Amino acid sequence: MSAIAFFGAVELGLVFAFVGLGVYLSFRILDFPDLTVDGSFPLGAAVAAVALVGGVDPWLATAAAIAAGACAGLVTAFLNVRFGILHLLASILTMIALFSINLRIMGRPNVPLLNQATIITPFYDHGLAAYLVRPVFLAVLVAIVVLGLAWFLATDFGLAMRATGANPRMARAQGISTPVYIYTGMALSNGLVGLAGALFAQTNGFADVTAGVGTIVVGLAAVIVGETLFRSRRLWVVLVGVVAGSILYRIAIQLALSFDAIGLEPSDLNLATAVLVALALILPRLRKSRAAA
Amino acid sequence: MRKLGLALAAAVVAAPALAADIKVAVTAIVEHPALDAARDGIKEGLAAEGFTDGKEIDFIYQSAQGQPATAAQIAKQFVGDAVTVIVPISTPSAQAAVAATKDIPIVFTAVTDPVAAELVPSLEAPGGNVTGISDMSPMADHVALIREITPNVKTIGVLFNPGEANSVSLVNRLKEVATAAGLAIVEAPVTKSADVQAAARGLVGKVDAMYVPTDNTVVSALEAAIAVADENDIPFYSGDTDSVKRGTLASIGFNYFDVGVETGKVVARVLKGEKPGAIDVTFASGTDLFVNKSAAEKMGVTIPESVIARANTVVE
Repeated sequence: MSAIAFFGAVELGLVFAFVGLGVYLSFRILDFPDLTVDGSFPLGAAVAAVALVGGVDPWLATAAAIAAGACAGLVTAFLNVRFGILHLLASILTMIALFSINLRIMGRPNVPLLNQATIITPFYDHGLAAYLVRPVFLAVLVAIVVLGLAWFLATDFGLAMRATGANPRMARAQGISTPVYIYTGMALSNGLVGLAGALFAQTNGFADVTAGVGTIVVGLAAVIVGETLFRSRRLWVVLVGVVAGSILYRIAIQLALSFDAIGLEPSDLNLATAVLVALALILPRLRKSRAAA
Repeated sequence: MRKLGLALAAAVVAAPALAADIKVAVTAIVEHPALDAARDGIKEGLAAEGFTDGKEIDFIYQSAQGQPATAAQIAKQFVGDAVTVIVPISTPSAQAAVAATKDIPIVFTAVTDPVAAELVPSLEAPGGNVTGISDMSPMADHVALIREITPNVKTIGVLFNPGEANSVSLVNRLKEVATAAGLAIVEAPVTKSADVQAAARGLVGKVDAMYVPTDNTVVSALEAAIAVADENDIPFYSGDTDSVKRGTLASIGFNYFDVGVETGKVVARVLKGEKPGAIDVTFASGTDLFVNKSAAEKMGVTIPESVIARANTVVE
């Protein structure tokens, strides 16, 4: 694997780290399996792309993408909390609706950003190669978000949110208004996913309405790989693990792309990726059980 | 964790170097017959110009398996491997390649509207490192063919995924041409392959003919729509000729293998030293007429002898 390919994988892993963190919030903290992300990821990309093409400041465009993602999360939470629609179904409804909404926002399925200034543009040409600028920039953003989340989840509000997910009945008995925390958590989760979509569009030069397919799978892979490799009771370690999981997932794909050298067909890509991720999950356990024996 | 890191680092270092100096790196967004045919055509076109895979050049191919994020990774893989030319098939793969490099020559193909996709600023002498071949369908020829084979058709139902940029351009073009010819268009949007059959059923009774543009989503589940057309005696036309072999009634178009061959020849010009920016983006040529006799029978259509006589390929 070349340096450009390796750092390309790290860069994409960092973009999808926001998806991983968002999915961690919904799936683990709130215990709310949320498929909205397959729609909120391209939603973030669409909003950012249309705003950028319309001449909006890149930071403001990115903020708008976060807000749009948060709204999508609120819709899912609303369907679930207010009308009692099963969380999985509520999120599927929002997800499929977002496909049409994303097309409306963009006015066409694909908005190119190849010639637009983005939030990363000012950081180019300061002595660092472009393929390093993007991962460094994204790493700083990810670090800020991880620190922010770790702090937030340790506040009284954050602890009440964790209680809502861990044991809603107990939480209500303690006087916690669980809907407030479900709304906030889902908005935060999908806001992060919208941010990921906005960053994907800006680092890769296009927003495409098909870009959301399988986002939930990538997010869950990051969470589970992270949790398996970074076993810890400390929340910030787990959050870092999710980021690492997201990067490892992308490195697995990048490795799988080199597998034609050992006789695999290009069509084996997804299989090879799945095997690599499975190995990453299994190997540490095998070592542990051997050490125990 | 450290051992895993070491194992990964070892794998990174161990990636083997390739034999030939000239590497032609081809990538497509997804596998389907038309895109695969384009890929094989590129290889053939290069060989015809004296660049044979395994001898003069290394022909590398990767598919993103439907994921734009993977397309971005493939583009970076190619740039990192410092390949000689990148040949992206389809719009998202081409955008990912253009975003990944401003230096390595890019020859895109099977992109319907390269200017709208911001791959090139203009079709003539686009400048920069990018050129290629557009596969805008000869829509006027299609509408003429529909009127020739089935003159009673007044309304055409079109199956397409509104999420595919190419399809939307094609359907807009179809509407212009059809309206000018006095025909009405009914849109049947499909968002995933599993919905194709339901969308086709929804057209039964509302339309006199069905049409599918070169749409990746619909074409990958084409048989589902063909079954509906056969059962209900609806003439079903396609934008690509490969689909006629699978059971649509007729099409005029380019066989994607020929589009690939044309693309391969442009790649060869780049390999011989021409600057991509100096090569005009061209529309794919080759208007092959394909008709399917057994499909016509199933759909209750009699294809006029004049059409069969001029067809390049008649599927029995």
